Amino acid sequence: MERKYISWLLYLLIVCGLLILSIGFSLIFGGELDFSLIDLPRILADKSDPDNFIIMELRVPRVILAFAVGGALSLSGAILQGIYRNPLVEPYTLGISGGAAFAIALVIVMGWHRLFGSLLFPFAGFIGALSTIFLVYFLSIRKGIINIHKMLLIGVMISFLASSSIMFLMSKGSAADLHSFVFWTMGSLDEPNRDLISVMLTSSLAGLALSYFFVRPLNAMRLGEIKARHLGFNSALTVRMLFILSSLLTGICVAVVGIIGFVGLIIPHIVRLIIGNDYRIMLIGSFLGGSLYLIVCDILARSKMLTESELPIGVVTGMLGGIVFIAMLSASGSKIKLS
Amino acid sequence: MKDYLTIQDLSCGYPPSFRLGQINFSLHKGRFAGIIGPNGSGKTTLFKGICGDLPLLQGNIQLDGRNIRAMGLKDRAKRIAVVTQTTEALDIPVEDYVLMGRMPYRSQFQFLESKQDHEIAEKYMKLTDVYHLRNKHMLHLSGGEQQLAAIARAFTQEPDLLLLDEPTSHLDISHQVQILNLIQSLSAELGLTVLMIIHDLNLAGEYCDYLMLLNKGKLHSKGTPEEVLTYTTIEEVYETVVITQTNPLSKRPVVFLVSNKMLLKSEENKSGEA
Repeated sequence: MERKYISWLLYLLIVCGLLILSIGFSLIFGGELDFSLIDLPRILADKSDPDNFIIMELRVPRVILAFAVGGALSLSGAILQGIYRNPLVEPYTLGISGGAAFAIALVIVMGWHRLFGSLLFPFAGFIGALSTIFLVYFLSIRKGIINIHKMLLIGVMISFLASSSIMFLMSKGSAADLHSFVFWTMGSLDEPNRDLISVMLTSSLAGLALSYFFVRPLNAMRLGEIKARHLGFNSALTVRMLFILSSLLTGICVAVVGIIGFVGLIIPHIVRLIIGNDYRIMLIGSFLGGSLYLIVCDILARSKMLTESELPIGVVTGMLGGIVFIAMLSASGSKIKLS
Repeated sequence: MKDYLTIQDLSCGYPPSFRLGQINFSLHKGRFAGIIGPNGSGKTTLFKGICGDLPLLQGNIQLDGRNIRAMGLKDRAKRIAVVTQTTEALDIPVEDYVLMGRMPYRSQFQFLESKQDHEIAEKYMKLTDVYHLRNKHMLHLSGGEQQLAAIARAFTQEPDLLLLDEPTSHLDISHQVQILNLIQSLSAELGLTVLMIIHDLNLAGEYCDYLMLLNKGKLHSKGTPEEVLTYTTIEEVYETVVITQTNPLSKRPVVFLVSNKMLLKSEENKSGEA
């Protein structure tokens, strides 16, 4: 077998191993109660044990959510970076998360979710994300050439615009909504609604499977859209389909957990450094890496190392991600180019 | 001999600023054809029209009797390989880059390259002299090496028609000759039809067996190098004084440039003699 394939396999094995470890750790650790790893199988088996309730009802959904959201955001980042051929692009920096959050805030303030049920949130998130992505794309493209500087700036501006609009909506809303609203925009993995968790998990796994339909054109598009056409791929169609896919993933994530920034930036970047720029491994590698990252961040957020109470996970990823983003941007002589 | 590539009344470009029009020519299978012409004459526009990068305003292109625009993209990619002037400095190994030429041959869910893919890529990497660079990243190659890798990728695509835009612009003379020799011999061996934009008139005259000279968006003249590369034609199109002679070995036309100083000197001598 090719050396390349062996290294891919090795990478996947290591990430899966770490993922299992972190899931185990996340289940026994954090919150008010810590368990020992040895007790874990016993607690899980004994349904009458009160600790069983804590693990099954509180921690398992949380880990599932961290797995699904981390994977989806990171996959979405990897896909967007493939389309734009720029490593600084991800749902958050492009303003897609902001657009999705605005659409969801609108639904909450208008009270539409009371009419249509909570599954309206992911749908609204998707519409918000999709509108933003096409807006950014068409504003930054001139004669078929994407201006990356302009696009990142437009993305940041849309984020500002969205957060201002959300604040405007909040000022219209009731005081009771305010606290949960603020907390939701910071990103939180506390989600009591089981339907939303299963929607999240299904769509992120489906998103991963669907992304592999486009793995060959994504690889070809490393040469640029025109050369991908010379290799027999319909680049324009691929770009549109992948826009829809990444909006779907981002929109649902924002709807369920709020804004969690920079996961889609850091993880694909690290994966690329480790394993190279081949999307056949990048997609699944980023997905699993993102899952691992968010589970670990969640353990950090719950650890109360820095604060008395639990931190919103968006704060943890935002701090880490912001630093990495600045480091990537300012690394002179690096491979990252803005244009 | 049957025509392989036929271009009828083609017109394309960027109206109103530039429009290439009334292009008619046809090439036999195995022809090695060159497109020459001054800057801004429409060489690249014609090239993009044939590749499908630019929509045609008029006319049609037939490949092996089939309308090229009616072909599927994948089908087209198996028949036509394109080497453009710029090669992206990608952070991927040369071997992976060259293997991308096999993409049109793999089905939707055939994620991994087959043994045959590797053999074909290896063969052309060796022929283009980039095999020793196969594990290096494209990013770390020189401009000339990147160009060689791009040509290896085009060959790996195993096309019937090879379109090249200035394939030798970054190469030194030994690599220029090596690549053009390779293209020439493969063209003869495999019946590969080649259409190449080339600036260097001497290389064009030496290697191509058919030339098309573009000027101001029109096809000025076409034919064998001997027919096209005459000093009257070149002086008219390029507005430059040249001397044309015949290469003693290959019997192909050679174009010499003359500096203004020498030109004045020779005129003085002439008038002195008179």
